[in-house]
Amino acid sequence: MSILQGLWFFVIGLLFAGFLLLEGFDFGVGMATRLVARDGDERATFMRAIGPHWDGNEVWLITAGGAMFAAFPLWYASLFSGYYILLFLVLVGLILRGVSFEFANHALTSRERGVWQWANFIGSVFAPFFLGMMLTSLIQGIPLDKNGDAWPGFFGVVNWLSVVGGVAVVFFSFVHGLHFLSLKLGPMDSRRMLNISEKVYWIAYPALVVFVLLAIFRTDFYTARPISTWLITVIILAATICGHVAVTRKRGGFAFTASGITLMAIIAFIFNGLFPRVMIGTDPATSIMIQDASASPYTLKIMTVVLCIFLPIMLAYFIWSYFIQRKRLATDGAHLSVAGPAAVSATVAR
Amino acid sequence: MLNVLGLSRFQFAMTTVFHFFYVPLSIGLALCVAIMETLYVVKKKEIYKKMTKFWGKIFLLSFAVGVVTGIIQEFQFGMNWSNYSRFMGDIFGAPLAIEALLAFFMESTFIGVWVFTWNRFKPAVHAVFIWLTFLGSSVSAIWILAANSFMQHPTGFEINKATGRVRMTSFWDVLGNPQLWREFPHVFFGAVLTGGMVLVGMSAWGLLRAHKQEQAGKAEAAPAVEGGGSEQVSQRVFYTRSIRLSAIIALIGSILVIIAGDLQTSFIIDDQPMKFAATEGIYEDTKDPAPWAVVSLINEKDKTSKGIEIPEMLSLLSYHSTSGSVKGMNSVNEQLHQQYDGKFGKDMNYYVPVTTLFWSFRFMAAVGFGVLLLSILVLWFTRKSKDTLWSSNWKLWILGICTYLPFVGNTGGWLITELGRYPWLVYGLQTIADGVSPTATVPNLLFTNIVYFLLFLFLGGVMIFYSRRVLHQGPDYQGEGLSLPVQASRNERRVALA
Repeated sequence: MSILQGLWFFVIGLLFAGFLLLEGFDFGVGMATRLVARDGDERATFMRAIGPHWDGNEVWLITAGGAMFAAFPLWYASLFSGYYILLFLVLVGLILRGVSFEFANHALTSRERGVWQWANFIGSVFAPFFLGMMLTSLIQGIPLDKNGDAWPGFFGVVNWLSVVGGVAVVFFSFVHGLHFLSLKLGPMDSRRMLNISEKVYWIAYPALVVFVLLAIFRTDFYTARPISTWLITVIILAATICGHVAVTRKRGGFAFTASGITLMAIIAFIFNGLFPRVMIGTDPATSIMIQDASASPYTLKIMTVVLCIFLPIMLAYFIWSYFIQRKRLATDGAHLSVAGPAAVSATVAR
Repeated sequence: MLNVLGLSRFQFAMTTVFHFFYVPLSIGLALCVAIMETLYVVKKKEIYKKMTKFWGKIFLLSFAVGVVTGIIQEFQFGMNWSNYSRFMGDIFGAPLAIEALLAFFMESTFIGVWVFTWNRFKPAVHAVFIWLTFLGSSVSAIWILAANSFMQHPTGFEINKATGRVRMTSFWDVLGNPQLWREFPHVFFGAVLTGGMVLVGMSAWGLLRAHKQEQAGKAEAAPAVEGGGSEQVSQRVFYTRSIRLSAIIALIGSILVIIAGDLQTSFIIDDQPMKFAATEGIYEDTKDPAPWAVVSLINEKDKTSKGIEIPEMLSLLSYHSTSGSVKGMNSVNEQLHQQYDGKFGKDMNYYVPVTTLFWSFRFMAAVGFGVLLLSILVLWFTRKSKDTLWSSNWKLWILGICTYLPFVGNTGGWLITELGRYPWLVYGLQTIADGVSPTATVPNLLFTNIVYFLLFLFLGGVMIFYSRRVLHQGPDYQGEGLSLPVQASRNERRVALA
């Protein structure tokens, strides 16, 4: 394996981690519209909180997919064709959610707007759940043939570990979304978000224990790479505890950081365990290795040059776009709805 | 048709055609809106701000549908065409990844900034955001077309002897592909034409409505209260300015798209003679000079065509001269068999879907010249000395229906390009049948085909429904759906409170 191959495996992991860190809270906010918001107006406020960002965040997934295609075409081909229906459902989720923001702006009645808010919610649950399922099905090893085609079959895709994995991604996206909202809403609502997060955080512990137990039995991660795998497991757990403590102390920023680390650590867990493979075969001899799946050294070199030049530029304006819109939305019950300017003034006065 | 290959092809065609309704529309509308906002910055007239915001709503709708249908594109190469992805990954993946890094981040970030920061930046700075969005989507077109151009005309590669797969030897040759630099201008100016023409059509509907309202006597009623100090303009003035501006854009777009199309055609004559012969329905080599069939009855089985011909015209169109014959499909077929039988066997069918190509070309060309004519007529009808458009319902009706014209042209163009590549997935290197995913099954494909179809029908319907609603609400409509824009500036709040 060359340095560039290793680098691109890392970059793709980083892009997936960045995707979960960023789009994770978008998904969480989408879930919160149904699970937390009190009425249609508050749902609209929630969606407004991620309005300027969700599209840019989603591009992290597009870039991860594109980078995988470019750097490891054989991985891209096996993974995407092998998990056909799962990825199709992810796409349907992303489509429903993606149009909901714009379409909701055009609704004239609360029922019509409700349709798009439902679309947003369903998409926000579908996409992380099925992505989580795919990633945790992948690490268990699936039947691969000589051509590299993956035949996971129904129970290769749907099994205890993959379902728990899907739920875990959904769950951590949800609390991550609550933490993001706590940074974007007025003080009263922020507190409310953290209170809810404090309660639901308890679910994380049994879920993590079950996840680790299943991973021990159903993957070779803890035997093949015990030290790093245990280390990441501890990081996941520590970040979860830190997040929980932070929400208990009503520290939204800390909680957001902690839940973000948890989500990224989940990706780190998967990529660390995969290494140096990209697809794990039930028969180890069929596993696809990094060096076999990779594009030519020349293509990798071109891609690396492009990355080094344009990633910093892109990160600069990406972060800038968050910076200029960092202000909280003035809400706290007002929601700036048809209730109109009077409600706005109440919050402006503060 | 109901086999893996047929269903995979249908699905690819469906998803790309639907996506490509919105791509040129978004690029074109982004340009139109950016020009409007720039006019606002330069001329400081409220009407241009109103135009920016109003037509911006249509742009955002098209952008939303364009984005979500675009995600499918990146996934489906792996999902449905995994052998193709393996074969082509070394070439195809790089432009796709670069497209995401360079273009998608740019457009998605700056569109988010543009939408939500109307009152936070000076107009000149704010206008930069929509220009950057436009730049992002235009640059994305270059990269995806670079990938597509390789499939039409492979350059900068070698075949890896060990794996039998394509390997990139020169990134600059992939980027410098002559096909790309003919295809991109054609697509780009097609987008300009689309944006301009859709706004011409929608402005016509707007004028029609305003005219009806005036006749009914309720027009010119004072629009809803607006921020202090801004000039009030009637809907007639608003839509007339819009239609003139967009007609100029459509005019420029249509002239350039025709020139670019001509360049592309002269490249294809030699590069993909089968494609070219099919767009003209020519089976036997033509005489010199070659006549051009305006319409033609094509019998794909017997390989004959009978058309109404204009003498010498095809030589004129193809070579810009009064001489020169065009190779027919039969001789091209023989030539291709000679060239490729050693590698792909004698059973290959090199005839493309002739009827579809023939008519797609005519529809596309008709749209190009039609828009050219329409935009000149619009500018003439709305001339300052005598406006004859306003009072003429039938003219407005026709223009309104022509909103849909560019989509016919865009689809026709892509059908020619992609169906004309048949039987190749990558010209001369991989056949379509060899690219399909071995894991694909008919039930899975049926399921996804049906769901996509229904989803697209729904999205397209909603898009048209909401675009009409925006038009009916008119440029003076203040509400933004149910809720006021949350990030109203302090000034606006004070005004609202007053």
